Amino acid sequence: MAIVSSLRGIGTRVVNGVWRIGFGSRFFLMTLLYSGASFRRFHLTVKEMFSSGVMSLIIILVAGMFVGMVLGLQGYETLKRYGSESALGTLVALSLVRELGPVLAALLFASRAGSAMTAEIGLMKATEQISAMEMMAVNPIARVVAPRFWGGVISLPLLTAMFSSMGVFGGYVVGVVLIGVDEGSFWSQMQAAVDFQHDVLNGVLKSFVFGVAVTTIALFEGYDAPPTAEGVSGATTRTVVQSSLAILILDFILTAFMFRGD
Amino acid sequence: MERTTLDLWVGMFVVAGIGALVVLAMKVGNLSTYNVSESYQLQAYFSNIGGLKPKASIKSAGVLVGRVTEINLDTERYEAKVVMSIDRRYQFPKDTFANILTSGLLGEQYIGLAPGGDAEMLKGGEVIKKTQSAVVLEDLIGKFLYNKAEGSK
Repeated sequence: MAIVSSLRGIGTRVVNGVWRIGFGSRFFLMTLLYSGASFRRFHLTVKEMFSSGVMSLIIILVAGMFVGMVLGLQGYETLKRYGSESALGTLVALSLVRELGPVLAALLFASRAGSAMTAEIGLMKATEQISAMEMMAVNPIARVVAPRFWGGVISLPLLTAMFSSMGVFGGYVVGVVLIGVDEGSFWSQMQAAVDFQHDVLNGVLKSFVFGVAVTTIALFEGYDAPPTAEGVSGATTRTVVQSSLAILILDFILTAFMFRGD
Repeated sequence: MERTTLDLWVGMFVVAGIGALVVLAMKVGNLSTYNVSESYQLQAYFSNIGGLKPKASIKSAGVLVGRVTEINLDTERYEAKVVMSIDRRYQFPKDTFANILTSGLLGEQYIGLAPGGDAEMLKGGEVIKKTQSAVVLEDLIGKFLYNKAEGSK
């Protein structure tokens, strides 16, 4: 009988997973469909940009600075062996603008803002605020979910740009000011190697895609959370785990399309 | 609906974000260094371009004067046709020499323009006649070995 019950357990998990994927897709489409209100009443979105974007500023700026400084140190150590320390600027800027900026900013955003979104919506559901809205004929997707979605999607590319700039500055501080790489070749080699369209805009596009993925996962987990304290805490954990995995997998797919063979 | 301090913070956030993008475009990227509108086109034929790629830089006396825009094979002469776009501020004499050079031992390849003494200048769309192809390391080693073999006889 143990075999039957374990088989039944696997079956339940699979069916539940597919069910959630379907519900999640419908939830995402509904969010897009009812997002008119978050632009007509833009102050709703602005409020969410404050709580997800402005409140994540400090962690993004500090993290960007230190990532750039580490890149400066490690890049110098490696490039020194080949006598090409002057390419340090290229290394720091390209790795930040193409990969580390979008990915790390999105990971930080998922754990800083995404988890907060899930907890907030999960708690709103647990305290029956969402059902109360439905009772008053206010669409909770349009009023609660969509502004948070757009607030996050607008904030993340801006945060990513700040992360990358801070990183380049950190690399400059370590490479040029502390170690003493030539300042002229640091900037000129960087400018020669970084292409605006190919590198900078592709990075922005990546962070936009990550923003859509992270906020959708965070909002859906909150909306789908069982209305208990345990349910909300589990949903918050799932948000961080799933959005981190989604970011890394999407990053591979996007990179394969953007930077293939040239 | 009124203005709130929250709007001010979000406004500052958006301005800082766009500012960071501009920094990435101007200071980190190449948007400020190369302007397409003020340039003219020159062509050159090379028998071998080695590892030259589109967007490779064109330098004269070490100064960046333009970029390679297009590389393709001319099937009439079976030579590589390289289209270059040169900054309009710089004019070159008709007998300018175009070499494919390498920056450093393993660095990127670029085109070096060595101006001649002709009084007439190259105009847009004209062809640089005197060219020197890229040095292919395998050929060089081959020649070296051949000379060695000759010498030991």
